[in-house]
Amino acid sequence: MTQDLRTGSPQPDSSPAPIEASTGAAGRSGSVMNRVLGSLSAAARLEVFLIIILAFLVWWGAQLSPFFLTGSNFGFSIQAVMEISIMALAMTPIIITGEIDLSVESMVGLSSCVLGWLWMEGVPLQLGIPIVLLVGLLGGLFNGFVVTRWALPSLVVTLGTLALFRGLAHVVLGSTVVTNFPAEFRDFGFSYVPGTNIPWTLLAFLILAAVCCAVIHLTWIGRQVFAVGKNKDAARYSGVRVGTLKLALFAVSGLVAAFAGVILTSRTSTANPDNGLNMTLAVVTIAVLGGVDINGGKGTIPGVILAVFILATLKSALTQAGISTDYQNVAVGLLLIVSVITPLLARQFRILADRIRLGRWRHRLRRGRPARDPAAGEVVR
Amino acid sequence: MTDSMTIDAIESAGAASVPPPVALAGVSKRFGATQALLDVSLALLPGEIHALVGENGAGKSTVVKVLAGIHQPDSGAVVLDGKTVTLHGPAHARSLGIAVVHQEPRLFPDLTVAENVFIGHVPSGRLGSVNWREMRRSADRIFESLSVHIDSSAVVRGLSMADQQLIEIAKALSIDARVLVLDEPTASLSAHEVVRLFEIIRQTRDRGVAVLFVSHRLEEVFELCGRATVLRDGRHVITAPTSELTAADLVRHMVGRSVSLFPRTTAHIGDVLLEVRGLTRVGAFRDISFSVRAGEIVGLAGLVGAGRTEVARVLFGLDRADAGEVLLDGKRVTFKTPSGALEAGIAYVPEDRHLDGLVGGFSIAQNVTLPIIPRLFPRFFIRGGRERAITEDFVERLRIRSTGVNELIEALSGGNQQKVVIAKWLATNPRVLILDEPTRGVDIGAKVEVHRIISELAASGLGIVLISSELPEVLAMSDRIIVLHEGRMSAEIPRAEASEERVMFAATGQMAEETSSGA
Repeated sequence: MTQDLRTGSPQPDSSPAPIEASTGAAGRSGSVMNRVLGSLSAAARLEVFLIIILAFLVWWGAQLSPFFLTGSNFGFSIQAVMEISIMALAMTPIIITGEIDLSVESMVGLSSCVLGWLWMEGVPLQLGIPIVLLVGLLGGLFNGFVVTRWALPSLVVTLGTLALFRGLAHVVLGSTVVTNFPAEFRDFGFSYVPGTNIPWTLLAFLILAAVCCAVIHLTWIGRQVFAVGKNKDAARYSGVRVGTLKLALFAVSGLVAAFAGVILTSRTSTANPDNGLNMTLAVVTIAVLGGVDINGGKGTIPGVILAVFILATLKSALTQAGISTDYQNVAVGLLLIVSVITPLLARQFRILADRIRLGRWRHRLRRGRPARDPAAGEVVR
Repeated sequence: MTDSMTIDAIESAGAASVPPPVALAGVSKRFGATQALLDVSLALLPGEIHALVGENGAGKSTVVKVLAGIHQPDSGAVVLDGKTVTLHGPAHARSLGIAVVHQEPRLFPDLTVAENVFIGHVPSGRLGSVNWREMRRSADRIFESLSVHIDSSAVVRGLSMADQQLIEIAKALSIDARVLVLDEPTASLSAHEVVRLFEIIRQTRDRGVAVLFVSHRLEEVFELCGRATVLRDGRHVITAPTSELTAADLVRHMVGRSVSLFPRTTAHIGDVLLEVRGLTRVGAFRDISFSVRAGEIVGLAGLVGAGRTEVARVLFGLDRADAGEVLLDGKRVTFKTPSGALEAGIAYVPEDRHLDGLVGGFSIAQNVTLPIIPRLFPRFFIRGGRERAITEDFVERLRIRSTGVNELIEALSGGNQQKVVIAKWLATNPRVLILDEPTRGVDIGAKVEVHRIISELAASGLGIVLISSELPEVLAMSDRIIVLHEGRMSAEIPRAEASEERVMFAATGQMAEETSSGA
């Protein structure tokens, strides 16, 4: 399945449709060939573009420090973005359906606090973690229920739960900070697959990414997700249970955010109401940078995976360059805006190019056409 | 050339006496494959109420929109006082004295009555500030002159449809309009409100304003208008004083066609599949009862807004009924969602294929299988080969012309897109198929194809409900015709007794009593 992707590279020939419309039946077979190639290359081009950016960042990082290209730096840098990356996987189908879940970062905080509180109360982690995941699922269901039941914009609803979940996190743990987690628990977030530089969390991410990729790109559930994003009404008329689908996606997002909360708690060995603060920005940035259309209908999981590596590399390179975390946030914010704007600019550029090529003579053609078109008039009756 | 008036005629008339304040001279307008207007000429005289009548799709609204400056004619021109002008947009048309009241009031619900009347030309005081008192006083003056009582400082939200319509008219008059265009202003008014509106229209006429009154209610035309112009299929048919016309004449001019293009093989008619009893949805339709048998095509005729699509939406689970029941195979059913209706075997080909029928950016195969993929692949994973095979089967059966089932839907012509929509619903293997305007916007060749498909489907034992605004289509295809008029059934006509005149009369509410007692 080839998805028509937004491309990051502003090349005028990537939107062949308007040109072909005017060439008509004569150039039909050729034009279709072009279109097939075009959509294949459009799909490939975004990923290629992302790989080029990644390669550039790796090269740049290597210039900055000999330490940059070491395995330990890889493990360390990638581990730092695993929570947001896992959440980006669940965010992707939500954005494809045209919705958004801003509350994920607060769910990270809430789940972390609930885990810490349960541990403090003497509940073993084998029981505590499933409870925390359940809390995430319920939080996600709440988001999805409010959004679908009253047809409210998810932007506003999840902005509300962004505050709500964070508030609950503070209620649960108060000013306490729980840090006395057992070493086995810390190992999951903090250590590597023995003998390698691959963090356990990266393994978890890759497994989730594979599942997510299969569901979105190979099953009918994914097909329905894209259908809803491209044309919600047509999807509903076609029997797609739009509400149920969205409810499920929000529930998964809540569940995954709670899982990310567990990972973060494990990696930092800290349950703190402020855990996960400002993560939503990075989650959305990864999705959008990976080619997910913020207006819905388009996106791929491979693109999102590449975006994860780009973000990790960028952050590592900025650290190597001695740029402080504050400025790194500036960079992430800029990256988000640039990745939203780039496809828009590319499209504007293509439209402009098409208009220059076609617009004028087509306009002249229309004006020059005889006012009375006998075929249209006579055949009808 | 059916027109009696051309640019020359208008100009020479202008030379002889006072030129008409506004006229259309040989206006043509085309939207894609549809010729909305072809060489239409029309002159409005000061102090006359001129009726513009025609079937759905005859081009009435296009005339209104050309006069309002919303559409620019492809050829021909708008002539004001004998001078050809180009209307650049609604504001420009208004500034030239052409006031248009659209079918649905388009007011700002949260602004006051006075603000709505003067929106766009607010009386300003010193430093450009709004002169609120002057605005209210002027609004009151206009309402006074219309002898209506509307509080000009009230907020529009919550006012009745009739009051909103009157505010639209006040808005039109606030610019000292010389031409007033009313597009079906009575569509949402009660009988009492219509009387009041007519009084105001007459007062306006008596002030020398040229009024164009668009309607398909013939009794209103005869009651109110001095002259009438009939459009049919985008062409001017006749302009004559209403005193020289009868209702029958008008109807004949509106439909006057005889060509039957549609192959219809009569099918074996079986048992009742779908039965509707006393179905009512408040504000849309009331007390609709009919049945559809296997192999039968039931036509649902009526003018735009008569409630045909609304009935279909309830049957398909998109809306809920307030009263009445739907029986499928004799069992009572209610659907909360289209997916429920699809599972029960009811499919609905929606009116607007771009908005509701197709998913843009999906291929033919992806569109065709969308309603059935969960059933087709119970193990979740889509198998491309199977998906293509199923689609190719429909592509062949419906003769969809494409370069392959992976072609994007946007690349197809309108007619082929419509066939994909039909294929998509056939793939659900329905027992009752509701088709809403299945041939709108498709070319004539594809139209015949679609009719062939519908006919074959009926022959294969499907029950079909055909909603269409094209009378010849309904007449040629249907075994029975249900006519709706303003949300009620005004006639049920068997194939043998159906004629364009009879359906049109019922659809315009002309002979509702006679036909319903006859049926």
